[in-house]
Amino acid sequence: MAKTESTFLNMVLVLTIICIIVGTILGGVYKLTEAPIAKAEKAKQEKAIKDVAPDFDNDPIAEQYTHELYAGTNENMILTIFPAKKNGILVGAAVESLTRKGFGGEISIMVGFNADGSIRNYQVLKHAETPGLGSKMQEWFRTDKNHQSILGLNPGKGEMKVSKDGGNIDAITAATISSRAFIDAIQNAYRAFMGEPDVHSAASPKANQNKEEKK
Amino acid sequence: MNKLKIILNGITKENPTFVLLLGMCPTLGTTTSAENGMGMGLATMFVLICSNIVISLIKNIIPDKVRIPAFIVIIATFVTVLEMCMKAYVPALYSSLGLFIPLIVVNCIVLGRAESFAAKHGWFDSLLDGLGIGIGFTLALTLLGALREFLGTGKIFNMTLFPENYGILIFILAPGAFIALGYLIVIVNKLKSNKQ
Repeated sequence: MAKTESTFLNMVLVLTIICIIVGTILGGVYKLTEAPIAKAEKAKQEKAIKDVAPDFDNDPIAEQYTHELYAGTNENMILTIFPAKKNGILVGAAVESLTRKGFGGEISIMVGFNADGSIRNYQVLKHAETPGLGSKMQEWFRTDKNHQSILGLNPGKGEMKVSKDGGNIDAITAATISSRAFIDAIQNAYRAFMGEPDVHSAASPKANQNKEEKK
Repeated sequence: MNKLKIILNGITKENPTFVLLLGMCPTLGTTTSAENGMGMGLATMFVLICSNIVISLIKNIIPDKVRIPAFIVIIATFVTVLEMCMKAYVPALYSSLGLFIPLIVVNCIVLGRAESFAAKHGWFDSLLDGLGIGIGFTLALTLLGALREFLGTGKIFNMTLFPENYGILIFILAPGAFIALGYLIVIVNKLKSNKQ
């Protein structure tokens, strides 16, 4: 077949035809993969909830509700809470929390709480931290070594901070910013779980509590 | 034997990473571990083979003056198809490579092979060229990823060879990518000059 000449008409025609064909293919593949993608994402969410929340017999995804933090500021975020119930009694929840203070931007974490507000487990869903440094948070904060582990701690009883900021949690070696962001996400999750409306009213009683404890 | 030569050409004489020095962005970005490097290499290979075949088949229909936009659209289609399929069927791999998959579109290897090979050869030769270049790219990325993972964390393919605490952290970070790649190119060049 002879090579198509580069006339204006030919160029428009060929590009149009290519785009139509390509569009059809993409549309088809999108339709094909739409259901499996949604399923894979739901399975991931379900697994994360199961990993972090206490044993439950309800359907946390069906009963999910949202809570807005930092409303009215440009920091505002809407977190989703998945309540875990057993025999109708609230035994805890999984909170899909986030922070924008990470070294690589946003970090999204699923945090599981017991009914009293202590941290049961967590699962990092999405992050863009430095591989080999900040990315260690997936394991670091549940490793029972020195003061690394945050499992069982209750953010309501004394504010959580990394040791560099005067707190009692060991930050990841060489990744203090990621560690701070991680703790921030945990705090956000706790606030959403407890239904605290905004930071300022929540922070002051906590600070007082801290001082009292130190005495 | 000519066909075999096309494949070998992509792996050794025209290895995209070590000899042509094309596609450095994904090379440096994804090779934090051997596994990621290999995943990226295989994904690129898939796109390379598909786009090479299609472009060599329709090369006569496309007018010369619009061949670059036409090539890009075709390459972008395969990348998007690949991305959606990975998201649907291998979400774990997608989450570790996700950011870099769309970048395959602008990977100069893919466009470069379309322009310099597929646009001038038949579809079967183009397929072999895509395969060869793809294997060369995958091998290079896996090698670089393994080296960085080993020096940085003491592991290769997640198998611990020495404790992580003794790892040289910089090799996991961006500067380490340049250093490791530089030394690998030195070694490849040395081997090449020895041969001659």
